[in-house]
Amino acid sequence: MARVLLFGRLSDVAGWRERQVESPFLSTLRGKLAEEDARLGEALTGPGVQVALDQVIVRGDAPLSAATEVAFLPPMSGG
Amino acid sequence: MTVRLTFEPFDPGALLTEFCRGRAEVGAVATFTGIARAEAGATVALELEAYPGFTEAEIGKMAERARARFGLDDLAILHRIGKIAPGEAVVFVATAARHRRAAFEACDFLMDYLKSKAPFWKKEHGPDGARWVEPRPEDHADLARWEKETSE
Repeated sequence: MARVLLFGRLSDVAGWRERQVESPFLSTLRGKLAEEDARLGEALTGPGVQVALDQVIVRGDAPLSAATEVAFLPPMSGG
Repeated sequence: MTVRLTFEPFDPGALLTEFCRGRAEVGAVATFTGIARAEAGATVALELEAYPGFTEAEIGKMAERARARFGLDDLAILHRIGKIAPGEAVVFVATAARHRRAAFEACDFLMDYLKSKAPFWKKEHGPDGARWVEPRPEDHADLARWEKETSE
């Protein structure tokens, strides 16, 4: 059960900010989110969207443990 | 070295006084305060979202780079998050060094980073609704100046 966090415009697209999602891999998690909400699925693969697992940016797929925090980060705007 | 985020309005003058206290050998303190603009009524409020923990850590990495690059004695960064009204301070940066050039340059460098790359997501609330804002091309150009200087 990963804890999924959405930031910036991604949470506006999804209509939620934080959710628990059961998924063994980041790729399967993405698939699950896209299946439930096609617009969100598209937004998550949009240009410049990064993923952090437990606050570390990752590229590609990765296994998720029960306590993994998965954060989807749209392009950062600066302050 | 301190990097902090706050939901509360702050007084830049008080922060400067506190930052300068007890620095008999430092010689130079430079500061920058960024203030939310009203844009002639187009912006009713600014809203900044951070990723708690991650945002401070990423700014901290850049602060450490600035400390090493400019030979700073110390620095402080305080950044507002949440809703910010026009006229309120958004960001405060203070740098302390033995000589003024390093303090000025480090402050400039840190602001260029904070304005273009720091992990914030910014929304402008206007009379006709809200919109997400991304960095202006000038913000990236400002940061690129420092990369050029490094490679020389």
